[in-house]
Amino acid sequence: MTQPVLSVEGLTVQFPTRRGILTAVDDVSFAINPGEVLGVVGESGAGKSMTGSAIIGLIEPPGRIAAGEIKLHGERIDNVSSDRMRKIRGRKIGMIFQDPLTSLNPLYTIAEQLIETIRRHLPLSHADARKRAIALLDDVGIPDAARRIDDYPHQFSGGMRQRVVIALALCADPDLVIADEPTTALDVSVQAQIIDVMKRLCADRGAAIMLITHDMGVIAETADRVAVMYAGRVAEIGPVEKVIRSAAHPYTQGLMGSIPTLSTDEDRLTQIPGAMPRLSAIPAGCAFNPRCPKVFDRCYHDRPDPLPHEDRRVACWLYDKAEAEA
Amino acid sequence: MSAPLLDVKNLSVAFDVSKPWLNRMIERQDKLFLKAVDNVSFSINKGETFALVGESGSGKSTIARLIVGLLGPSSGDVLFEGKSLSAGLEGAEARRLRRRFQMIFQDPFASLNPRWHVGDIIAEPLRVFRTETGAKRRERVAELLSLVGLSPEDAARFPHQFSGGQRQRVAIARALAANPDFIVCDEPTSALDVSVQAQILNLMKDLQRQLGLTYLFISHDLSVVRHMADRIGVLYLGRLAEVADAKTLFTARQHPYTRMLLDAVPDLEMTGRTRKPVEGEIPSPLDPPSGCAFNPRCPLANARCRTERPELREYGPTWAACHAVEEGRDKTV
Ligand SMILES: Nc1ncnc2c1ncn2[C@@H]1O[C@H](COP(=O)(O)OP(=O)(O)OP(=O)(O)O)[C@@H](O)[C@H]1O
Ligand SMILES: Nc1ncnc2c1ncn2[C@@H]1O[C@H](COP(=O)(O)OP(=O)(O)O)[C@@H](O)[C@H]1O
Ligand code: SF4
Ligand code: SF4
Ligand SMILES: [Mg+2]
Ligand SMILES: [Mg+2]
Repeated sequence: MTQPVLSVEGLTVQFPTRRGILTAVDDVSFAINPGEVLGVVGESGAGKSMTGSAIIGLIEPPGRIAAGEIKLHGERIDNVSSDRMRKIRGRKIGMIFQDPLTSLNPLYTIAEQLIETIRRHLPLSHADARKRAIALLDDVGIPDAARRIDDYPHQFSGGMRQRVVIALALCADPDLVIADEPTTALDVSVQAQIIDVMKRLCADRGAAIMLITHDMGVIAETADRVAVMYAGRVAEIGPVEKVIRSAAHPYTQGLMGSIPTLSTDEDRLTQIPGAMPRLSAIPAGCAFNPRCPKVFDRCYHDRPDPLPHEDRRVACWLYDKAEAEA
Repeated sequence: MSAPLLDVKNLSVAFDVSKPWLNRMIERQDKLFLKAVDNVSFSINKGETFALVGESGSGKSTIARLIVGLLGPSSGDVLFEGKSLSAGLEGAEARRLRRRFQMIFQDPFASLNPRWHVGDIIAEPLRVFRTETGAKRRERVAELLSLVGLSPEDAARFPHQFSGGQRQRVAIARALAANPDFIVCDEPTSALDVSVQAQILNLMKDLQRQLGLTYLFISHDLSVVRHMADRIGVLYLGRLAEVADAKTLFTARQHPYTRMLLDAVPDLEMTGRTRKPVEGEIPSPLDPPSGCAFNPRCPLANARCRTERPELREYGPTWAACHAVEEGRDKTV
């Protein structure tokens, strides 16, 4: 069996506050194989970004990893020094965020930023690093890259800037790219271009992608597997077409029904009553129980873990074998 | 067919985005105008939902603000039941008309005064239009809160005590307070999660049926528009590219830009359809391309497209502004 690029085991992220400890990520486990695209989807506050931040060691104190292990190629990276982590970020793990301006420094040209990053991670001369930077910009589809490389970020449009950020994330040939809502700030016509570039370049280089988004449509056309998060936990994880076409978890089912599509002519959308609970008020038992149409006694007392179901894992007591036999 | 409730006629607005006078004198620059809305016309019938769809900066919100009178047009007019809203309406008459219009904004966080009780926020239009007394007003607020799926007790709470979806319900209750006929909804669910968006879209449909409302519904999301609209106008760089009833637009679209937008919608049903990434991005509205504004990205563009601006013309059930459609060239590819 191939060793996964990334494996996350029981990850728990907590924030101590005046009113007690808040658990933003609660016992989350998953793995990503080489070259695979794992989508992480869920509504705002579900814990998607926190999971990403934990992996790249960028959780803001007082937030902290309270439990669990994160391994890159089998080696723990959740307990290494911040110096070592800085080297891993960029060299082994590339990052793409929603707002390209958070990744680009407005005071430096694109060339300066790319060359600096390349040389921090790879033993290249300035001239070779510049060549590599131009080739990368070419790859991500910046026309006339040799000339545009000396421009400043503000001279680029939003879509072009996101292309530069992709170039920046890939410049040291990382094994894993974590993309947190990479197309959310872009227009639909540009979204497709960016997804396309990101997917193609990662595939060319054999890099795995963790694609965090709230947009099921983007997941459907990009991911191999998908993890659906709810209230800090994984509700369902499995092959993307299975989860989308025949969702098992009642939350995933509700989510899929609530998304309007181009081809269906339904008069009303499926409605999940209520909203996701705040971290300070997560109900006992299954966190989805106040909104779940299939709730039963056990859901109010016991918290379900993701259990194997067909070729996926589902955190719902409906899929507990013992329950089915009882 | 009945006369339209709202008639938008050749509406244009240009914003002065010049540098200050002195800078211009020194740098010898002319005044600079950004034409955000350019000769836009459409009409909305009573009880229907007309949607405007387009990418960021296409002029959707600007048209919304022109219609509700938050902004004055450079030229053109908006008629409500045949009465011009820009020309000479004053005092009582203007107030009477204005109360029949309301607007719901994208951001339910910014559009509600954080220091006011929800009850006062909802009652505000009643006060402005001086329609009701204290006790009557409280009664009406309770009724409105129930109508949008909140509880009458919520009147005593503050906006920050509500979730995004609940805040949008409050904004809807406020919009309904003065019994309007017509509501302009500018991206009412864009800031919400999909499960909450579904609740709000369902609520808006229910209210429309119950109260006989007419909507101008603005969105950049074609799937949402498809779900809500009876008729649709597609905007590109301040101009209408295509206007059609919803069914026609989704099954027999004419304009190359509409086709591009439809192709760009992610394939949620996983039918295997791949998104066709389009070339390029929306050009700067300060320096729009000559001729058809879509020509740098259009696979059908030719010399005529680069010089002559296409006008909106009727083609069966659709109106489209495109030379290729006029010449029948679009059928050949
Ligand atoms: N007050 C203003 N001064 C100058 N330019 C403006 C002003 N308001 C809007 N614009 C410009 O007018 C154009 C249309 O803007 P508008 O806000 O109507 O777009 P929109 O379609 O609502 O976009 P979005 O989807 O981003 O909300 C844009 O180019 C915008 O920058
Ligand atoms: N500094 C912080 N202190 C306390 N709670 C936080 C902090 N940062 C994030 N959270 C909470 O953690 C949860 C998960 O956040 P996040 O991962 O950003 O969600 P997502 O990316 O899925 O929208 C949210 O409830 C959020 O409010
Ligand atoms: S465990 Fe119970 S409440 Fe939770 S999703 Fe399953 S059926 Fe619903
Ligand atoms: S007028 Fe020409 S450039 Fe414009 S959409 Fe039609 S074919 Fe394309
Ligand atoms: Mg996030
Ligand atoms: Mg807008």
